[in-house]
Amino acid sequence: MNGTRLVDFPSHSKIPERDIGVRPILEVNGLGIDFGGLTAVEDFTLTIGRTEIAGLIGPNGAGKTTIFNLLTKVYQPTRGAILLDGKDTANMTTVQVCHAGIARTFQNIRLFQDMSVMDNVLVGMHQSIKGSLASAMLRLPVYWKEEKRARQEALELLSIFHMQDMAGAQAGSLPYGAQRRLEIVRALATHPKILLLDEPAAGMNPSETGELMENIREINRRFGIAIMLIEHDMSLVMGICEGIAVLNYGRIIAKGTPKEIQRNPEVIEAYLGKGRGD
Amino acid sequence: MRDKYKRIPIPVRYLINALLCAAFLVIVQSFISGGSISRYQSGILVQIGVYIIMAVSLNIATGYLGQLPLGHAGFMSIGGYSCAIFMMRLADKMGVETADLLIPGLIFGGCVTALFGLIIGIPALRLKGDYLAIVTLGFAEIIRVFMLNIDSLLGFKFTGGAGGLTGIPRYSNFLNVFISVILVCFFVHTMMKSRHGRAILAIRDNEIAAEASGVNISYYKTLAFVISAFFAGIGGGLYAGSIGVMDPTKFGFMESIEILVMVVLGGMGSMLGSISAATVITVVNQVLTSLSEYRMVIYALLLIVVMMFRPKGLFGTYDFSLSHVMERLFNRDFPKRKSKGARK
Repeated sequence: MNGTRLVDFPSHSKIPERDIGVRPILEVNGLGIDFGGLTAVEDFTLTIGRTEIAGLIGPNGAGKTTIFNLLTKVYQPTRGAILLDGKDTANMTTVQVCHAGIARTFQNIRLFQDMSVMDNVLVGMHQSIKGSLASAMLRLPVYWKEEKRARQEALELLSIFHMQDMAGAQAGSLPYGAQRRLEIVRALATHPKILLLDEPAAGMNPSETGELMENIREINRRFGIAIMLIEHDMSLVMGICEGIAVLNYGRIIAKGTPKEIQRNPEVIEAYLGKGRGD
Repeated sequence: MRDKYKRIPIPVRYLINALLCAAFLVIVQSFISGGSISRYQSGILVQIGVYIIMAVSLNIATGYLGQLPLGHAGFMSIGGYSCAIFMMRLADKMGVETADLLIPGLIFGGCVTALFGLIIGIPALRLKGDYLAIVTLGFAEIIRVFMLNIDSLLGFKFTGGAGGLTGIPRYSNFLNVFISVILVCFFVHTMMKSRHGRAILAIRDNEIAAEASGVNISYYKTLAFVISAFFAGIGGGLYAGSIGVMDPTKFGFMESIEILVMVVLGGMGSMLGSISAATVITVVNQVLTSLSEYRMVIYALLLIVVMMFRPKGLFGTYDFSLSHVMERLFNRDFPKRKSKGARK
């Protein structure tokens, strides 16, 4: 996986070679947002290939999570355009963007704490389950059929993380790592085309992180979806990301393969500071 | 894949529950016709039924959706008036017994109330917490004043004004109230155990995550509120038929609080809690009628004590499932369903 060749794509972007010829899943152009007088993100331009695993890194406060919030329309961008699978998302709400194919997890876990693990996943599948309120209240055959299908699918999704035996447990009572994984399963349940993971390895130990890397690769392969992740754990970012964008003070300062990023002087400066006498 | 346990098939579960309800109905009904339960006592049973419907319907908005509306008595009043007026007028026109029109009357009352729920819900649900409480409280007051004064505005007898709407035939009895309670509980249960109910619960637990999971928040908030109002309207319709008089002053702030106390005491989000708390409080009310206004002191004390020792209500969010209990008996190592009281 590592060592994928990135090739040039119009608008100064590079995407993995295998994704050339299909429409990129995400094309972001000149995205920016101001909060009052403060410009949090400026001129963010990035293209993500159909099956790419992309990374977004940068020091604290660089605006990484703000980018996710812009992509999912939690914030409305002040400038710029987001094309999701070729469609402009300018007039979409968070819910519409979700239905159009962007799913995300949160930096500080946001599960439905009082609901069971199974129900958390089923909420993710909300849109894909058919049946009106009346059919559910009267328990018509369509309800039983859809409910059975949905539960089956939810168990299959949970089995990616070997969580199928926890289906009946209350989500809030799960250990921390399992809660993070459940959030990914819930996001997958919305049948996304691109999955945004906000610090998926935060608080995990090295062996859990290694397992998570395998899981992310498997999701990428099995569902053929793009994944974009924010992460501070460099072993994870450098280990699985094909293209990385580095953000500092709301601007992209570098884009490229992990190797290129590691050698980039501007990135080193952003993370370590400027040396004396430079 | 995970079913190593003996399970009760779903049709059998439904059958067992239906049979138990029918058995209860037959036994109590035969006591009533046999005279072992007096008219006064069966009147209390009807009141209990009415308040169970009120508490279960408020629980949709409070326990499941997680909002705090304080105008449930307003919905009860709308349901009562519209159902009673509809039935009396229509019975006059068609020349039939008022009681024969109970089903269309209750549905009419429910629909009118649901409409008001929609009108108040769309603006009110944009607000959160205290603000929503204040808006719904104001709404209930508007309804009360409206019912009090609309006659002089119209120039003919419509709601009966301060004197109340009198002469409503006593069409509510144990049989039809009991069936209504069962139907309301069944529909609320089936709604909550579907994708729609899960969406409502998801909004309660985390709005941002629910939205990111593709749940249309404003739609489901309004839906829950409207359904809550619909069932409250049915409760009001049955109330009108049990008392025979609709007195607008009855549906003030205290009535809303009383219903809220039932939900909070029983445990927000637990249907079993709403049912048992509504039963206990209605009975206590009857026993303490002689104390009149001092009842409120006892309420307040009761609420303080429960909140001190069981802040999530008597049952928390636990709900009773007979089938689950029976499955526990069949399977020795059946996983225990945890009560959800222990939340940080």
